[in-house]
Amino acid sequence: MDFIFKNKRVSGILTILPKKTVKFEEEMGNYSFSPAKCMKLKLAMGYNEHRIAERGQCSSDFCKFGLQYLFDNGMLAKEEIDALLFVSQSADYYMPPTSNIIHGHFGLKQDCLCMDINQGCAGFELGLIQAFMMLEQPSINKVVLMNADVLSSKVSDQDRNSKPLIGDAAAITIVEKCEADNTVYANIKMDGTGAMVLNIPAGGFRMPSTTETAVMEQDAAGNFRSKNNLVMQGDEVFNFVQREVPPMIEHLFEQSAVDRDDVDWYMFHQPNKFMLHKLADKLGISRDKMPANIVENFGNASGVTVPTCICYNLGDQLVKGKIKLCLAGFGVGLTWSSIMMEMGNLMFNQIIEY
Amino acid sequence: MKGYNEKLNIKNRKTNMREQIIKILTELRPEFDFNQEGVDFIEEGMLDSFDMVNLVSELDATYGISIDGVDILPENFATVAAIENLLKKNGAK
Repeated sequence: MDFIFKNKRVSGILTILPKKTVKFEEEMGNYSFSPAKCMKLKLAMGYNEHRIAERGQCSSDFCKFGLQYLFDNGMLAKEEIDALLFVSQSADYYMPPTSNIIHGHFGLKQDCLCMDINQGCAGFELGLIQAFMMLEQPSINKVVLMNADVLSSKVSDQDRNSKPLIGDAAAITIVEKCEADNTVYANIKMDGTGAMVLNIPAGGFRMPSTTETAVMEQDAAGNFRSKNNLVMQGDEVFNFVQREVPPMIEHLFEQSAVDRDDVDWYMFHQPNKFMLHKLADKLGISRDKMPANIVENFGNASGVTVPTCICYNLGDQLVKGKIKLCLAGFGVGLTWSSIMMEMGNLMFNQIIEY
Repeated sequence: MKGYNEKLNIKNRKTNMREQIIKILTELRPEFDFNQEGVDFIEEGMLDSFDMVNLVSELDATYGISIDGVDILPENFATVAAIENLLKKNGAK
């Protein structure tokens, strides 16, 4: 499904990372690989260290900390927020919506649309698309998009498929109307037949958490996890990404009439270095234009990886000038989405720690 | 003579590629004998999905290619012949 938006812009991005850093070497003793094979895993996938939330730190805490930082530094005013959009797979509660909790915490105005969306690795792109659609309304001039996930506690320590790469983080992106044409091209696709390729079996209404669901079991590859833990069918995810993402990006080139060489940066979701290098090669894009350093330094925090990648790799460049970006997210759902847009002259583009 | 040399070169390349694949496989999993004929490396548990990732990285570097991500499927790593075919399909010489 294709989208075109005009007269809308991203005006600031703030990434909020947990202070706690855990190194790959500290955890590799939990995996059923020899130390030598663990080091090969580290090298091939680009694992190094990841940021992990402290016990009790929820997604909303990171968002609240980031919003307070923006308010305190005059980077955002409470009264100008017309919509709070929270995209996450780790909501604070089943009910109420986390966006409403944040709304209440800051005492935001009643004419403010709060919305939670359950989405993961394509959550930044889906969130931007939703924000752009909200901005079509005359009553909405500024949307605060919050991507946040603290899924690390849902991943088994003995799961080498997922534990080394998982990260916790949040990002706040300000999306607003603008006078400039600033055309944005976007597309999104879904395949619900693959919905369980990435899942947490227990804890919802279908399979409530019990003492039975907490029992650790060994899979065929030697990983241990319970039904309360996140499970990723890594081979299926890899094949899905390699099969579906290149044609989506080729389509985006056609849709936007932008040549691949005219894109300054390809800011893609960050599953691991190997997967990103394969995507760059397939698309005929220099690996240097597609940063693959977020898993290595911070971990994969689902929909937060793309804004983190933008903040970490572009920083002030996006404050001082304009850059042509191709964004892409792919994962749980299965969902895959991409956006071609010019981004720049941001009020802020930075990382803080909570 | 020219035809004979060409045939010899092709034979040498084939031998070299096979030997090179076995060398890389052995370095990856020294506990297994990859010279065995008729053995499915995947079914026998000699290679897991992570070994395939390492193998692809090694083969890419050795042959100066980038094996297409859609070809990274277990059946393409089941035997030395399958890996040879994979390499040729992806431009290895």
